[in-house]
Amino acid sequence: MQIKRWKADVLFLAGVLLIGAVFALIFFLCQKEGARVQIWVAGELMETLDLSEDCTYQIQGVKEGTNVLVIQDGEAWMQEASCPDGLCVNMGTIKRNGQSIICLPNQVVVEVVDQADSLEDSSKPDAVAGGRE
Amino acid sequence: MRQQNSQMVAKYGVMIALAMVLSYVEAQIPLFYAFYGMKLGLANVVTLFALYLMDIKSALLINMIRILLVSILFGTALSLAYSLAGGLLSGIVMALLKKSGKFHMVTVSVAGGIFHNIGQILVAMAVFETASLAWYVVILWFTGIGAGVVIGLIGSVLCKRLQGFFNSVSH
Repeated sequence: MQIKRWKADVLFLAGVLLIGAVFALIFFLCQKEGARVQIWVAGELMETLDLSEDCTYQIQGVKEGTNVLVIQDGEAWMQEASCPDGLCVNMGTIKRNGQSIICLPNQVVVEVVDQADSLEDSSKPDAVAGGRE
Repeated sequence: MRQQNSQMVAKYGVMIALAMVLSYVEAQIPLFYAFYGMKLGLANVVTLFALYLMDIKSALLINMIRILLVSILFGTALSLAYSLAGGLLSGIVMALLKKSGKFHMVTVSVAGGIFHNIGQILVAMAVFETASLAWYVVILWFTGIGAGVVIGLIGSVLCKRLQGFFNSVSH
């Protein structure tokens, strides 16, 4: 390899890390802890649960698919799922506005929202329902 | 001319096949499924090979064809969309950086890693018509850097070894 000097690379990497840090900062500063969790199946709002109330909720996904959502200590996560890949179970816990757990095979979307927030913001599931596989 | 063409076909074939195998091998390792879409991108080592030992056009072509084949064989229409977007965006960025001649392979790879993830998220946000997926950018930005560094290091070490293979067949 002909290039000797690493200066450009170091600058680039530093810049990239800086931008990443800025993103992270913006992200964490903008967050509010959510109040409720909306559960969408195939594009329709099925249920809204309160994050402050611990519970275990079984979601009925498409084609007999099931997902088990657990809410505890103000956080929510997918405990188990009938889908073949189980990615949703590994997505971690959510508790801030905008965070979501998605199960593509069962067309399930679980999203954290505000008290005041309602259907206007969550327009997304239409595309999921349209699934073209 | 004819001889050169068949050599090109053979070289492309080898590269694409290698990239596909690396893709498959990587898929067998469950480590990278902490978050959806998070992966090492081992097949991109081949992209680097093509970029540095062949030319930009070849690199992009080999990358795209490999993505197409892997998605058709092992993926879904949705994963194809993600990978194409990621591969196209990262390929272009990597080609530009490499062409500038100012950066080492590792840096090019880092840029590739980042922009591959950005491409994927953009497509996901378009498909799901939501901005709420934007938070993934924060995580994938850094994993993209990490993966880029690893792939870049592997690539730089191996590139020297492969120089002989590529020089023996000219195009």
